[in-house]
Amino acid sequence: MKALWRTWPGRIGTVLVGVITVSALLSLVWTPYDTGKIIPADKWLPISWRHPFGTDGAGRDLLSLVIDGSRTTLFVAIASAAIAAVIGLALGTASAVAPRWLGEVLINVIDVLIALPVLILALILVAALEGSVWTVALAIGLGSGVVLARVVRGEASRVLTQDYILTARACGSSTWRTVWRHVVPNISSTVIVQLSLIAALAVLAEAALSFLGLTPLSTPSWGRMLENLQQTVTVHPGALVFPGLAVLTATLGFNLLGDGLRDAVDPRLRTRSAAPSPVFSAVLAPADPARTDRPTTGRARQR
Amino acid sequence: MTIYVARRLGQLVLAVVVTSVFVFVLLRLLPGDLASVIAGTEATPEQLAAIRTELGLDRPLVEQYGEWIGGMLHGNFGESPVNGTTVTGELGQKLTVSLPVVLGSTVLSVLVAVPLGIVAGSRHRKPDGVALSAFSQLGIALPSFWVGLMLIVVFVVHWQVFENAFPRGGWDEPGRAVSALVLPTITLALSQGAVLMRFVRSATLDVLHQEYIRTARAKGLTRTQALWRHGIRNASLPVVSILGVQIASLIAGVVVIERVFTLPGVGQMLVSDIRTRDLEKVQGTVLLVAVLVLVIGFAVDIVHRLIDPRLRVVA
Repeated sequence: MKALWRTWPGRIGTVLVGVITVSALLSLVWTPYDTGKIIPADKWLPISWRHPFGTDGAGRDLLSLVIDGSRTTLFVAIASAAIAAVIGLALGTASAVAPRWLGEVLINVIDVLIALPVLILALILVAALEGSVWTVALAIGLGSGVVLARVVRGEASRVLTQDYILTARACGSSTWRTVWRHVVPNISSTVIVQLSLIAALAVLAEAALSFLGLTPLSTPSWGRMLENLQQTVTVHPGALVFPGLAVLTATLGFNLLGDGLRDAVDPRLRTRSAAPSPVFSAVLAPADPARTDRPTTGRARQR
Repeated sequence: MTIYVARRLGQLVLAVVVTSVFVFVLLRLLPGDLASVIAGTEATPEQLAAIRTELGLDRPLVEQYGEWIGGMLHGNFGESPVNGTTVTGELGQKLTVSLPVVLGSTVLSVLVAVPLGIVAGSRHRKPDGVALSAFSQLGIALPSFWVGLMLIVVFVVHWQVFENAFPRGGWDEPGRAVSALVLPTITLALSQGAVLMRFVRSATLDVLHQEYIRTARAKGLTRTQALWRHGIRNASLPVVSILGVQIASLIAGVVVIERVFTLPGVGQMLVSDIRTRDLEKVQGTVLLVAVLVLVIGFAVDIVHRLIDPRLRVVA
């Protein structure tokens, strides 16, 4: 934690994610105004002390709507990261530990799934299932989970060659136990960094999906707010600023947190530029299988 | 090389087949099936059964899948049971809108991001390098649709420089069509370019720390010369592979951008088909997009091999 605070990305990231978290928790008990109530007399109020972000066309307080939306955002971010963690760890370690042929089959399936961009996958899932917050989280979790699996496989294969794994085997530790007690803890720092970046992508994807009108109307959401405000963008452009900044805060927060965490867990990388993580790029779309698990080929070759 | 291409081609075909099965099965999972969508909520069970027979929904899944793929291979991407249009015809027309945006923003993002990324990388401790990378960090975190909306406010509403909608006549009015596509292209290029720039930056930095650059410097080359002669080709390797990823994510991003600028493109079609549950069309469109992405991945791999002789030897 201390190491996280030492770098600027870590510091800013922690603060931004903190703001979102506090706002999400706050929305559970209190918002400045009732977001469900329509007050025609208050429509399109400019920024003021009573309405710091102004009001929308139905006279609803935009600050309250943004605070309400942070709950959905945070939920989707955490849920997607959790689903991605389960899928990534399970598929990744399984393909590393399993017999060669099975591992090959698994990795090929993973590669195909990686080829579907997360947004497209989310669109399919929303078409097939009902568009709920869970569907969105499932789609993002699945889409980024397979990319994470690639990273995990690479890391796990590296750890599996270490002497302490051999020692554990010699001591009669079962495969399951070896993976759980020795492999997972050793790759957890990499995974945590990736999860933070996945959370950032989830924020963007949720905003995009709700902007497209594919999430339920009843769920408060920044993307949905922006979609509603888009219809009047020509007359009231100012109202769009704050929901957009909210998305920016959350995405930037998780991204910087990921960068900070990487620096914290691996001080060696600090002098070099922070190389963008494989998930970061690949989650947006497919990545080449030969390279995703070896983002630092240049360095590896050098040795 | 030939062997590699053949093997990679085999992988590509396999991936396409798996993807098609995946898309097919996923879209059969939905709660209310196609027949109930067409018949409406007040249909009797007999009517539903009749429609199912007509559409072939009562036949085994394998048979349905075979027919679908067979049609796809013959260029028939299916017919919408909801409004009777053929997917192929509509898709072709929509592509005339989406494709220029995708291609344009790919080119634009490369032209902007690569030079800026190299500058940000080679001057990473200087104020301008730091400013550039902070800028790309912001560009990554900003939702593209929001950037698009802001651009609309400034350029369409305020200054009225560009058309606010794609003309009805489409490309029959070339001037207006191009004018309507400028902002979407820029928006998409900005969000993609920000990501690309970050990769170019880190690739440049990575290369600058290599020993062969030190050797070149020791021989008396300046930093720029060393980077230019020895660094660029090495740094281009990770960038090329990212470029494939980028184009794929551009294709996904265009869905959102078309919505912002109300362009009648493939993305808009896909979203409205999902809303009306026109699964036959969704299926065809999604598969087409996925295949496109897979093919791009394939092409990138080949290019990668051409640039990096080391990979050729290993294979």
